[in-house]
Amino acid sequence: MPLNKAFEGREFAESPPYEVTAESIREFADAIGDPNPLYRDETAAKEGGYDAIIAPPTYLTKLNFIYSAEMMLDPDLGLNYALVVHGEQEYEYRRPVKAGDVLVAKPKIASITAKGRNELLVTEAVVSTTAGEQVAVARSTIVSRGTAPQEG
Amino acid sequence: MGARIAAKDVKDGQALPHWSYPVVRQDLVRYANASGDGNPIHQDEEFAKSVGLPDVIAHGMQTMARMGQYVTDWTGDPGALELFKTRFSAMVVVPADGGNTVTVAGKVAETLEGDRVKIDLVATTPDGATVAKGEAIVTLG
Repeated sequence: MPLNKAFEGREFAESPPYEVTAESIREFADAIGDPNPLYRDETAAKEGGYDAIIAPPTYLTKLNFIYSAEMMLDPDLGLNYALVVHGEQEYEYRRPVKAGDVLVAKPKIASITAKGRNELLVTEAVVSTTAGEQVAVARSTIVSRGTAPQEG
Repeated sequence: MGARIAAKDVKDGQALPHWSYPVVRQDLVRYANASGDGNPIHQDEEFAKSVGLPDVIAHGMQTMARMGQYVTDWTGDPGALELFKTRFSAMVVVPADGGNTVTVAGKVAETLEGDRVKIDLVATTPDGATVAKGEAIVTLG
C-alpha cells in the first residue's frame, strides 16, 4: 500500500534532550574501528583546537533512532518496516558534535515521492543544542520497496 | 585545528590514495550495540536468510562511518567536514567465515571557493559491486 502523502511536510515534536558523553563517543569510535585520538583523548582534542573530545561525523546516527521513531511508527503513515531500506544519508555540519553537548532534534518528513515501483521518503532533522546552537542538519532517504501507487 | 592538506596542493581530478578495511561479524555486533541499530539482518544469519538476504549484511551506516574515516584521515581534521552524503547501492554481505573487504576510493571532484573542495567517494567489494557512493565537502588548510 502506498505511503500517506498527507505526511509530506509534516513536522514532529522536538526529541528529548540527548546528552553526549565522552564514553559514548569513545564506544562509537571503537565500534567503527576509527582510532583517531580526537575521539578519545581530551589532551589531543585540546591540542587540536577543541575544548572537548569530538565525535566522528556519523555519531549523529545514534540520535536518528530516537527522533525517527515517532515519524516512522505512526500507523497512519503506512510504512511497513519489512519493506524498508536505507537509501541515502546526508549531513550538513556546522561544527563537530562534542562531549558535553545536550542535543535536540526537530524532525520533519520533507518529501514522499514515487520512483518506479518504490517510494522514497525523505526525512530532515535540524540538530541543535538545548541552548539553541545549530550543530547539523541530517537528511535520510528511506526506500519503501514496491509500495508506489500503480497506474491502471 | 584546520586540515593538514593545503588547498593550493590539491587539483581538480586528483585521486586520493585508496584504502581497504575488513568487515567481520564481530564488527557488526559492536556497531549495532554502539549505534542503536539492532536490526537482526546485521547479526543473525538465520533471520537474514529468512527475509531473502544472501547472508548477514553490514549496516549502511557502518560503511558510511568508514567512508567518513577515510575523509577525516585525509584532511586530518574532522571539523573540516561541511557536508557528507552517501547513497547505498548494494549490500556488503558478511559471511561468518572470512567476512568481506571494502575498498574506499576518492577523488577531488571540484575545487570550490574559500579553500574548500568536493570529494567524490566510492566504496566497492572484491566481487566488483559498488556498495556506496558518496560526496564530501571539506575546508582545506
